[in-house]
Amino acid sequence: MTVTALLFASYAEALGSDRVELALSDRATVREVVAQLRALPGGAALPDSPLVAVNLTYARADQRVVSGDEIAIIPPVAGG
Amino acid sequence: MSIRTAIVRRAIDVGALLAEVQDTANGAIVVFVGQVREVNDGRAVTGIEYSAYGEMAERELAAIASECAQSFGTAHLAIEHRLGFLALGEASIVIVVAHPHRAEAYDASRFVIEEVKRRLPIFKREGYADGSREWVNASGVAEPSAAPEHRS
Repeated sequence: MTVTALLFASYAEALGSDRVELALSDRATVREVVAQLRALPGGAALPDSPLVAVNLTYARADQRVVSGDEIAIIPPVAGG
Repeated sequence: MSIRTAIVRRAIDVGALLAEVQDTANGAIVVFVGQVREVNDGRAVTGIEYSAYGEMAERELAAIASECAQSFGTAHLAIEHRLGFLALGEASIVIVVAHPHRAEAYDASRFVIEEVKRRLPIFKREGYADGSREWVNASGVAEPSAAPEHRS
């Protein structure tokens, strides 16, 4: 299955892109998404367990993802 | 009932937000303005570039306002967070809360800013007097730059 990973701020800069399509096994979780991204050039800038949102809602590392999900890897937030 | 939140890309008009919450049922209005400070972590700051996961930031800010309304019984709330480049002294966020009583108005205002700091997917990069720029996290500390990649 294919999911879209969104990257922001320092993470987008490190990976040189703000959007990456990933091919995953059918029972993949958020953890696998992060692991695939970390294996890309520049991916070492991502921590093991970054903040992640699936379809606009914060998600845990063990949450299952399904085809078409929008998975955002969120850098340290700094609003306000 | 007047609850409005927005992520904007223009200057925030505090007076307009104040007018939105005007209601004689309330005895207290608390206004919080977050603005760009000239020094952070000992370095001279010239401005801050704010960016966001826009769609989620809008949802999350609306959720914070709704939780605030429920927890503190405030029926009048107006919150705007600004994105883009902000110079020193410009407002990045304005929170206006009205309540019949001051204690709840202060508590509600504090709740909103703390939740914003904790969970709103907004990112900032500070520019410094020496021309450098760095991404900064919510605790105000510049993130270490990523190690250079070795590619063959």
